[in-house]
Amino acid sequence: MEFFKIRKDIPFMRHALVFNVVSLITFVAAVFFLATRGLHFSVEFTGGTLIEVSYAQAADTQKIRDALAGAGYTDTQVVNFGSSRDVLIRMPLKPGQDSAALGASVMGALEQDTAGVELKRVEFVGPQVGKELAENGAIALLLVVFGIIVYLALRFEWRFAVSAIIANLHDVVIILGFFAFFQWEFSLPVLAAVLAVLGYSVNESVVVFDRVRENFRKMRKATVPQIIDNAITSTISRTIITHGSTQLAVLSMLIFGGEVLHYFALALTIGILFGIYSSVLVASPLVMWLGVSREQFVKPQKPKEEAVV
Amino acid sequence: MNRYPLWKYILIAVVLALGLLYTLPNFFGEAPAVQVSSIKATVKVDARLLARVEEILKAEGIAHQGLFADQNSVRARFGDTETQIKAKDAVERALNPDAENAAYVVALNLISRSPAWLTAMHALPMYLGLDLRGGVHFLLQVDMKGALTKRLDATAADLRSLMRDKGVRHGGIVRERDQIAIRFRDAEMRNKARAAIESAQPDLLFTELQDGADLKLAATLKPEAQKRIQEFAIKQNITTLHNRINELGVAEPVIQQQGADRIVVQLPGVQDTAKAKDILGRTATLEVRLVDDENSQNPAVMEEAAKGNPPAGTEYYVERSGGPLLVKKQVVLTGDRLTDAQPGFDNQNHEPAVHLTLDSAGARIFKDVTRDNVGKRMAILLIEKGKGEVITAPVIRTEIGGGRVQISGRMSTVEANDVALLLRAGSLAAPMEIVEERTIGPSLGAENIERGFNSTLYGFIAIAVFMVIYYLLFGLISVLALSTNLLLLIALLSMLQATLTLPGIAAIALTLGMAIDANVLINERIREELRNGATPQAAITAGYERAFGTILDSNVTSLIAGLALLIFGSGPVRGFAVVHCLGILTSMFSSVVVSRGIVNLIYGSRRKLARLSIGNVAWK
Repeated sequence: MEFFKIRKDIPFMRHALVFNVVSLITFVAAVFFLATRGLHFSVEFTGGTLIEVSYAQAADTQKIRDALAGAGYTDTQVVNFGSSRDVLIRMPLKPGQDSAALGASVMGALEQDTAGVELKRVEFVGPQVGKELAENGAIALLLVVFGIIVYLALRFEWRFAVSAIIANLHDVVIILGFFAFFQWEFSLPVLAAVLAVLGYSVNESVVVFDRVRENFRKMRKATVPQIIDNAITSTISRTIITHGSTQLAVLSMLIFGGEVLHYFALALTIGILFGIYSSVLVASPLVMWLGVSREQFVKPQKPKEEAVV
Repeated sequence: MNRYPLWKYILIAVVLALGLLYTLPNFFGEAPAVQVSSIKATVKVDARLLARVEEILKAEGIAHQGLFADQNSVRARFGDTETQIKAKDAVERALNPDAENAAYVVALNLISRSPAWLTAMHALPMYLGLDLRGGVHFLLQVDMKGALTKRLDATAADLRSLMRDKGVRHGGIVRERDQIAIRFRDAEMRNKARAAIESAQPDLLFTELQDGADLKLAATLKPEAQKRIQEFAIKQNITTLHNRINELGVAEPVIQQQGADRIVVQLPGVQDTAKAKDILGRTATLEVRLVDDENSQNPAVMEEAAKGNPPAGTEYYVERSGGPLLVKKQVVLTGDRLTDAQPGFDNQNHEPAVHLTLDSAGARIFKDVTRDNVGKRMAILLIEKGKGEVITAPVIRTEIGGGRVQISGRMSTVEANDVALLLRAGSLAAPMEIVEERTIGPSLGAENIERGFNSTLYGFIAIAVFMVIYYLLFGLISVLALSTNLLLLIALLSMLQATLTLPGIAAIALTLGMAIDANVLINERIREELRNGATPQAAITAGYERAFGTILDSNVTSLIAGLALLIFGSGPVRGFAVVHCLGILTSMFSSVVVSRGIVNLIYGSRRKLARLSIGNVAWK
């Protein structure tokens, strides 16, 4: 079987500007939603208490809200989680509240209201921890960006490193933009997914760049756009099949992974889709515009120096 | 040319065999078990205990499936949970005849069903995280400032007695925030004091100050001393937590330091979080202080004190029995000096009592204080979260030497037991606060395992089906390489006993999806070589060689992201990162070395190879 029977190089570089404008618009939209709506951070980052309970029958969230309000917990968020029988209760941090007793007292209030409530999990995060997590996440992101730039600059050339990282950081912003637009919960696993995507879609650029470097040596007469077109065309089959395979694994997680892995898989899905686009169609034009040339890879033969006495 | 030297095949075979061996324990599952460990340092777990447990089970007619002993515990395995619970009750009754004064912890646990020879090779099943097996997780923050303040208070008390011993006249010794200030009338006394303190307290730094007519000597702790105290505080707290959790009877608790001032406590299988929190949350420190008897008997002063204005140097407390009293702020002894506390009975009136044993320094201080204060009252306070409670305030009848102290009076047996437990479990060197807490119910744990397993399984099947259809035999080889990757990854996780969490399982699924990349690269490259007219054998060689550089680059960039997560991530992110990084490493081996090995075995020895089973390449 073969999906890609491409006989001629596809002139991607002729449309480079279009690709970049499209991605610029998406990027600006993502930034806009991030700025206006902001991310919906999970309790891990904001601090607070999260209680997941399971009822024998379908749960009435309004009734639960009333029961909690009756027990003195007013500022709570009660939503269904996965199924109509599972309920997630979020409570903000309150100064002076005995966090340790909260879980038990909430359960007490719920049990009074409806019998047969099962506590599935309680998560309490203090304000200090949340702040640190956010800081550490930012440091991790910087470290990944720095590490990848250095590695690519050593293995290839700084132009490749810079374009690859710009293309892939723009993926990260777009993933975050989606999370801001839909107000999906941004939790620690999502952060992990975002960073994994960053490492993963840089691969894509690496594969194309590898070909570009090879082509500079092989295709002596070709122009830079021709070389890049050929590199993208000859790797496109691999690009799509690889991403398709990874997406199969992620899709399986999206279907079978339940609520906990849902947003993790969702972040990966967006990352993979935009990763293909940006690492190939955004990174390569950037390399071209940054002025990559054959001389940077193929060393001109030095004329032999004569011995001097 | 597509032949591996023999040693490479042997290497692959050995790695695969080891992988299989260390993955094996995961397939046996777990059996219900009863675990017996000792609470007291004096009670050793040894072969005798093993024999005794065996006897008990025999006497009760409970069939077990094996008894095991390690350094800390004896474990008995049972066929089903019903027998397990019956056995637990039987063992508990026999080993701890006096429930009030238990010597052993008898806890329910799960142990691997894998055969003994595997266990002997340290081939153990993967260690499941709390989100997969259910339990409680706490992150405790140690109040380091509290530890330093406490130390300064104790030092201030030491300085007072030092000044008295050396006959140095001073105008008062007080702790002011993070320093101790001593006032003097003249410089001569100050110099004398400074010389005396410098030789007795090497941890202090001094500054001399002028405060009005008075001369002042300010002492602060040296930075290295502060560091030492903080390190000691966290160690002491961990030890104390160990003791307290042992009382809870948890099978495999995890108590670890995290960062400079945090402690992680994980109690797998514990569902009664209220009790766990209660015991952990008893961040109690013990203090012995003298009661200000004169003022305590003055109703006018007491009335004023009850409103929050106690006389200088004292604090107002209400005793457990209800009587108010004033306790001096000066601390005579802290819980650090306590080596043991046991509930018991008073020899004379057979009232419930608590017997305390002090270390030698504590015994000496106690002797001095009791000698000087016969007839007065002494208060034993339990300080919890900055708030004190007077447990008891007995009258000192005689000088008490030898470090053996008995507290009795107005206590029930249960109370005596509680007080002894709290004291024995040790006092915390510094107060602690729960900054993160996670409780996972057992049903959620089982659900999470199923979700993670299904995600991985169906993801794998989908990739396998696609690869075989698209690349035919080479696709099958890629799938075999991918299976090897999974096998090695699980073997490595089992070998390292890294904790597997739900994000960890997600990382396994994701790693499989990403690892196939290497094989896709290779297969595509081989097809391309064939298309460009290379012979099948040359195409295999060129395909593997050319693809390798790309595979290396892409794995390194993934590894950079993985390592950053490993370094800066905590909790769920770390669980993800560990598996992700290991998976990248194993995939390099399996997708390149193992798949090439299989290809070489199949095609390497054929001289006249017309075509490769790698799908359609003839369209050009």
